[in-house]
Parts: sequence; C-alpha cells; structure tokens
Amino acid sequence: MEFTLIKPLFGGFLLGLAALSLLFFNGRVAGVSGILGGFLSFKKRDTLWRFAFLAGLVAGGVLLLATVPETLNFTLTSSPPAVMLAGLLVGIGSRMGSGCTSGHGICGIGRLSKRSMVAAAIFLSSGIASAVTIDLVFGGVI
Amino acid sequence: MSLLMIFLSGVLFALGLGISGMTQPEKVVSFLNVVGEWDSSLIFVMLGASMTYLTGYVFILKRSKPAFAQSFILPTRRDIDPPLIYGSLLFGLGWGLVGFCPGPALVALVTGYDSVLIFLLAMGFGMYAFEVIDSRFKGDPDGGAGLIIKS
Repeated sequence: MEFTLIKPLFGGFLLGLAALSLLFFNGRVAGVSGILGGFLSFKKRDTLWRFAFLAGLVAGGVLLLATVPETLNFTLTSSPPAVMLAGLLVGIGSRMGSGCTSGHGICGIGRLSKRSMVAAAIFLSSGIASAVTIDLVFGGVI
Repeated sequence: MSLLMIFLSGVLFALGLGISGMTQPEKVVSFLNVVGEWDSSLIFVMLGASMTYLTGYVFILKRSKPAFAQSFILPTRRDIDPPLIYGSLLFGLGWGLVGFCPGPALVALVTGYDSVLIFLLAMGFGMYAFEVIDSRFKGDPDGGAGLIIKS
C-alpha cells in the first residue's frame, strides 16, 4: 500500500471541521456510536438531530461514490459470521465504552479528556491485537 | 435551518472519512496489522482531526450557547471505570477483525455490499441489546458519559 500523507491529514482536517461544525450549531459531540445508539434506543432522545446527522453520513457516502468512487472501492474478504461478530463487538463495545473512534478518537482527544485517551489507547491496542492475530494465526482472513 | 446544518456536518464528516481512507476496511486492517505490510498513514487521520478539534473547540465554547441549541452538551465524567476499559477492549477487537467502525460502516452503506449490511445490522443489534440490558443507560443517552455542562 502506498504511503500518502496529504490525504489522511486533509481527511482528518475535514473530520475535525465537521465535528466542530456540529458543536457550533448543535452543541453536541460528534460521536457516531453515541448518536446512533441514542437514535436506536427509540426513547424520546431528541431523535431528529440524530437522524439528520446520520442521514448526512449516508448522503456523504452517496456523494463520495459519485465523485471519488475509489474511496469506497474495497472487498471484504471476511466470512459473514466474522463480519457479524465484528459488528456485534463494535456495537456492544462502543456503547459500553461510551464511544468509538469518532467520539473518543477525535472529539475526546481533541478536548484532552483523560477517559478518551485511555479508551483510544485501549481500542488501538486491542485492534492491533485482533488484526495481528488474524494475520499470524489465521493467515489473514477468517 | 438547524437540521440542515447538522445534516451538512454529517456530509462533511463522511467526506473526511472517505478522503482519509477510513472507508476502506482493508486499509484500516493494514494499519492495525503492525507486523504485516504496515500502512502507518491512518495515524495522521486521528492526529489531523483531533488537532483541528482542539484548536477550534476552545473558541466555540467561549460562546454562551450553540448557534441553534439551548446549551452545549458535553461529557463531564473524568473517572476511568471498568465499562470504559472493557467496552473499548471489545470495540477494538471488532474493529481489527474487519476494519470497520460505526461511521465508516454507515458511509459505506451506499456500496450495497452484503457484508456492510450484515455489519451494520449486527452493530445496531449490539448497541440496542446493550442498552436494553444495561439499565445504567436508561437515563443517560450518550453512553453513560454523564453529560451536560455549560448551559
């Protein structure tokens, strides 16, 4: 894989800007798992703004596919049970841990929150453990 | 107007995820697989994003309230509790397994791939199930972070 610095940095800048924009207009943290989890709980938790942000993410996907389709050019080689397990772990883990890569990794670290720094250090470590195990023990794909 | 700006924030967030490479799960896995052909570039995504946020949020919080809402609602908890640790641990295991986290998976919905749908359904189920089981979250929407400061 080629190493390019500009795209990750610029993409990261856009992510930060988008998170700032949500804070500026709506006063909320741009944590996707928190926004989605609150939306899925179907209680009266200001569902409308959550839906607007999530719809924006999906619409952004449409825009990406139309303008820079290579950003969504991938093949998931994992088996359906592995994908299902991954989804479950991500869903349960992000709610139990109060956040995911966006809420902890961008907004939390950006606010210099100790909880988020601990969370990010843990999920980066267990993410590495998971990816390395699959490569070394299972030969790359399960 | 308020909802439109929130929607556009979501669109911009998705563009950031796409351009940074986060919407390609193979790239994410090769970033996490440090013993393989390591792709270190994704370090700069988190760096660029959190530094941008760090620079801007101080100025935004100087305002008395958000442009279209009554108050800023931010996590207030400071303690490192077991759910934070074990939850993040589980989250990382799932993330490294196929290379998807919640945001990129939602953005990738447009591909229509079965695997993306399976991931999203399992993730949504996991979130919902956890919420039902853990009564701690019943009065506390955003993941038990203990919200609301600055009103």
